[in-house]
Parts: sequence; C-alpha cells; structure tokens
Amino acid sequence: MKLFKITTILFVGLMLLLSVRSAIATQVTVSKDGDITSVQTGIDQAQPGDTVFVREGRYIEYDIRINKRITLLGEGEAIIDGDEQGFVVVVEADSTVIKDIEVHNSKAGFMDDYAGIVVEGAHYVRIENVKLVNNFFGIYLAKSEGTVLKNNHITASHQRETNSGNGIHLWYTKDVEILDNYVAGHRDGLYFEFVEGAFIAGNKSEKNIRYGIHFMYSDNCRYERNTFRDNGGGVAVMYTSNVDIVDNHFADNWGSSAYGMLLKEINRSTVTGNTFTNNSVGLYMEASSRNNVEGNEFNQNGWAVQLMANSTDNTFSKNNFVANSFEVSTNSRMNYSNNFDNNYWSQYEGYDLDRDGVGDVPHRPVRLFSILVEKQPQSLLLLRSLLVDLLDAAEKFMPALTPETLIDSKPQMEPVL
Amino acid sequence: MKSLTILKYQWKDLLRGKWIVGYGLIYLLIADAMIRFGNAGPKAMLSISNIMLLLIPLVGIIYGALYLYQTREFTELLLAQPIDRPSLFWGLFGGLAVPLAVAFAVGTAIPMIYTGMIITASTQSILLILLLGIVLTLLFTGLGFWFALKFFEDRVKGLGFALVSWLFLAVLYDGLVLLAVFAFGDYPIEKPMLALALANPIDLARITVLLEFDISALMGYTGAVFNRFFGSLMGISVAFSCLMLWLGIPLWRSQRQFDKKDF
Repeated sequence: MKLFKITTILFVGLMLLLSVRSAIATQVTVSKDGDITSVQTGIDQAQPGDTVFVREGRYIEYDIRINKRITLLGEGEAIIDGDEQGFVVVVEADSTVIKDIEVHNSKAGFMDDYAGIVVEGAHYVRIENVKLVNNFFGIYLAKSEGTVLKNNHITASHQRETNSGNGIHLWYTKDVEILDNYVAGHRDGLYFEFVEGAFIAGNKSEKNIRYGIHFMYSDNCRYERNTFRDNGGGVAVMYTSNVDIVDNHFADNWGSSAYGMLLKEINRSTVTGNTFTNNSVGLYMEASSRNNVEGNEFNQNGWAVQLMANSTDNTFSKNNFVANSFEVSTNSRMNYSNNFDNNYWSQYEGYDLDRDGVGDVPHRPVRLFSILVEKQPQSLLLLRSLLVDLLDAAEKFMPALTPETLIDSKPQMEPVL
Repeated sequence: MKSLTILKYQWKDLLRGKWIVGYGLIYLLIADAMIRFGNAGPKAMLSISNIMLLLIPLVGIIYGALYLYQTREFTELLLAQPIDRPSLFWGLFGGLAVPLAVAFAVGTAIPMIYTGMIITASTQSILLILLLGIVLTLLFTGLGFWFALKFFEDRVKGLGFALVSWLFLAVLYDGLVLLAVFAFGDYPIEKPMLALALANPIDLARITVLLEFDISALMGYTGAVFNRFFGSLMGISVAFSCLMLWLGIPLWRSQRQFDKKDF
C-alpha cells in the first residue's frame, strides 16, 4: 500500500516536472538578419513543443518539413516562397500549428500534387490565418484526423483546369473543421473525397475554374453559411449520404453546365435555408432520393430546380420560388413520389377564395415549354413569347406532356418565412 | 416647324378625345397592380414588359391605321394649305405616335415613382422597358400608317391587314419558328434562328427583354452561337439596331407613299 502511495507521488511529481518543462518551451526566431535565416534550420533546431517564430521578410525555400510538434508563427508579412521548385511546407507531425504566415508559389506539375501546405498522415493540425498565393494546390490534407483550417486566404490566378490544383483539398480525412476561409481562382475551391464528418462553415469560394466545392464519397458532413459565387461549374455534391447543407448562398454561376448546386446520387440529406440566386440552374438533382429540401430561396435563376426522373422520394416544402425563368423542369412524364407542398411560386396563377393563405387550385411548376426546351434547346429563344404562354395555358388545363403528379397541392399565396 | 404646329393641333384633338388619357390610365392601372402583387421586384418588371409586348403593338398598329382614316377630312383640308407634304406627314405621325408613347411612358413611370420602385429596382431595367415601349409605339404606329396609306380607299382591307399582321408577328410567327426548330433541330440552326428572330420586331423587343431579365437561363444554353451573341454587348446592340431598321423602313415607305398620293 505504502509502495503504491510513493509511486503515485513520484509519478505526479514527474508529471508536474514535465509540464513545467513544456511550459518553458523555447522560441526559435527566424529572421532575415538574425542567426537563423532559414525556416528549415529554425524547425530543425526547435524541440517538440517549441514555437518557430518567423519575422517579416521573404524566405525562398521549398520542401520545408515539419516533422515534430511545433508552432510555426509568422509576424507581419512573413512570406515563405517556394519559387516554383516543389512543395512549400510539408507537415508530418501531429498537433502542428501554422499561423499568421504567407505561403507562395509551389511548383505546378502533372505527376505530383504539389501544394502550398501538405498535411499527410498528421492529425490535429491547425492552420490559421495563413495566406496562400499562387500555389498549385493550396492546402492539401490526406489521411488526417481532427485538423482545423481557419480563416485562411487562398488565391491563385490560373487559367486552365489542367494546370491548376484545388484550393483546399481533402482526401481520406476525418472530423475536419474548415471555417471562414476564402478561396478563389483554383480548379476546385474546396475538394472532398472520402471525407467523414467534416464541418464546413462560413467559407467563401468564388471565381474558381471548375467547382466552388467538389464533394464526393463524403458521408455525414455538414456545411453551412458558405458562399459559392461565380464558379465555372457551381457546386457539385456526389455519391454521398447524410449531408446537411444549411444556410449557404449559391449565386451567379452561369453557363451551360453551371449549377448553383448539383446533387448526384445523394441520399437522406437535408438542403435547408439556402439561397440560390441568379444561377443558370439553381438546384440540379440526379439519381438522388429521400432528401429534404426545405425553406430555401430560389431567386432569378434560369431553372430553379432541375429534377431528373431517376430521383425519387424527395420532398420540397416551404421554399420560395421567385422570378425564375423556369421553376421546375424534368426529363420525363414520370414522377416517382417526389413531393412538393407548401411552396411559394411566383408563377402561380390560382386564387384563394377561402383566404387561408393556401391557393385553392394546385400549382404545376413544370411548364410545357420547359419540356420543349429539354427536347430542343434552341427553342429557348421563344421564352416569354405569347405563343408559348398560350401553349402553357392550354397544357395547364389538360396536361398531356407534363408530369401529372408533379404538382404542389398547397401552393402558398405569400412568400414563406 | 410646320410639322410641329400640326403636331400641336393633333395633340389638342387627341386630348379632347380623352382616348389617349384612357390609354395612359390602362398602363397606370396595370403597372400599379403588377408592382403591388409583384412586391416591386423583378417579377413586376417582367409582367409590365409582358403586357407592353402584347398591348403596344396591337394598339399602335390598329390605332395608327384607324387614325389616318378618321382624320381624312382634316388631312385633305391641310393639303389645300401651303404646307409641304413631308411636314404634314411627320406632323400627323408625330401627333399620334408621340402622345401614345408619352401615355405609355408616363402611365408606367408614375406607379414606379410613387411605390419607390424607381429606387429599389435597377435603373437599367426601368429605362430599358420605357425605351423599348416608346420604340415599339413609334414602330407599330408607323406600320399602321403604312397599311392605311396603302389601302387608303378600302378601310376594311387596311384594318384587316393591320390586325392580321399583328396576329402574325405576335403569335403565328413564333409558331413557325417553333415548327422550324422541331423540324430542323438536328442541324446547326442557331444562326438561322437568330436571323429569324431579328426579322420580327416583337421578337426583337422580346429578346431584348430576355437579355435583361433571363440572361441566367440564356447562358445555360449549350450552343456557342447563342452564348456569344447573348453574352456580349453585341446582343443588345444588334437587337437595337435591327429595331431601328424596323422603325425606319415603314416610316420611309409611308412617307414616300404620302408624298405621291393623289388624295
């Protein structure tokens, strides 16, 4: 018993000693005019738990390896410039922190995924307030768990898809948090493949060459309050179950294959409170089922929703469809239990005699003309022609080509929310 | 100068007839209702432009023809005076087309002002709609004049032609275009289609409206020809210059006819 007590005391004492030792962790300073002028040397001289402090200046270095748990901290405009020679910073140690620094010009290449900051096989890494300029890939995470990317500013000015990498690239990662970052000018702003349980919030991704966010095989993720603007192809979410897409803003994605958001083979997910403004296609759904689309705002899109007939059992309720050229379009007369109810449609022409706020006649959001356009895209030029309006009106009385069951039986008279 | 004097008399005559006031009131009511129900958003603008595309050509062409028939005695009286024919023609035309255009512009603009839409909506869209309405009024009144002068002795024929050509331009023409699209859809028909659309003034005005309000849908079209046409300033400028041609040619033709006519 006594022996046990003594060992306990000794152990606690040892722990205390250790904690004191880590509390007095030293700081290694790298500066242009000091003893240490290279970031790599600074890291090599640091002990685990130390802070490597980089003073203002441009350090032309590449393939910097962080192989122990340190904090890499910048001051002012501390720039690490890869000079297009290779990777810039490679993180290999768990719990590394990179903060307040700038990383420029990684190499671009077709054989390797060169990146500004690579985190491979390291967990609980934190990258914060880092500015990444003109890298091939911005931040590249692979096989990482519990990593946090916060408030980073990632830009590039590439022209073509082939010579450009992704802003934030995640591959086989788990429980990652991506908060308040800005990404522009990359191939895909954010790229997720085989990611589990990521939380993506408050980011802004715009003017990327392909997608604002490209998201595949990544179950149980949630993204909210992000803005995706003016990306070549909009946003693509594919082959995933259980995603929460909440309060995001999808805007100004124009083009023949640009979608505010493209959902392909997405199941049991929620799309709520988002705004889709001024896109060629607001929401495109293909082979997706059992999703709940609720309380979204579709404003001034070419097509608010394109719902392919291989999507089943989706519910659309309490959404606002305002001033879209087409409200819903589909590619078949069949509608496999996709349910629309309680939405507000600005193209609704019914009446509300009992004044309960719900229109007395159902609304058919699929116009005959949208089916004509689906068959012969050139006829789009006749949009808003009197003839087309007449055809639509006739079709509404006697549906012959539009899906009979794709109706909103409780159209709202006033915008919801 | 003389045509201005004639224009002034015409104007007084029109105002006395109250007709023009009613016409302006129609627009006022429609615009007011649309803005009220459309929450002053782009939807209201779109509805107003839809009404404009429907109503202005019809009223312009019918009233243009009708007016020339109605004022036949007045015209003949003026012809006996020392007035040259071009002045008389422009006086008559201006005396009808300008008040119609003003009635439209004022009738549509007043509700926009008192609902505050003029501040909230985009100025460009408002100006575009007003300008298009004015051009369409002048254009279709000119067309009406042309028909009336062509069939000056046969009112029924003149009015009939005016009505049928409105029906053709507003509805049937688009039907033919649609048929053509479905008949030749497998061929690259974008360019001929654009040409077809440019050949019809109502379609021209409609496409200009599309370029303003539905550009996001138009940009979703796969054909490069459309994208290049719509995606640039070229779209609007080509459409507008074609409209100007449509405005100029009937007026030029009818003035020639008026000059030579043996009343």
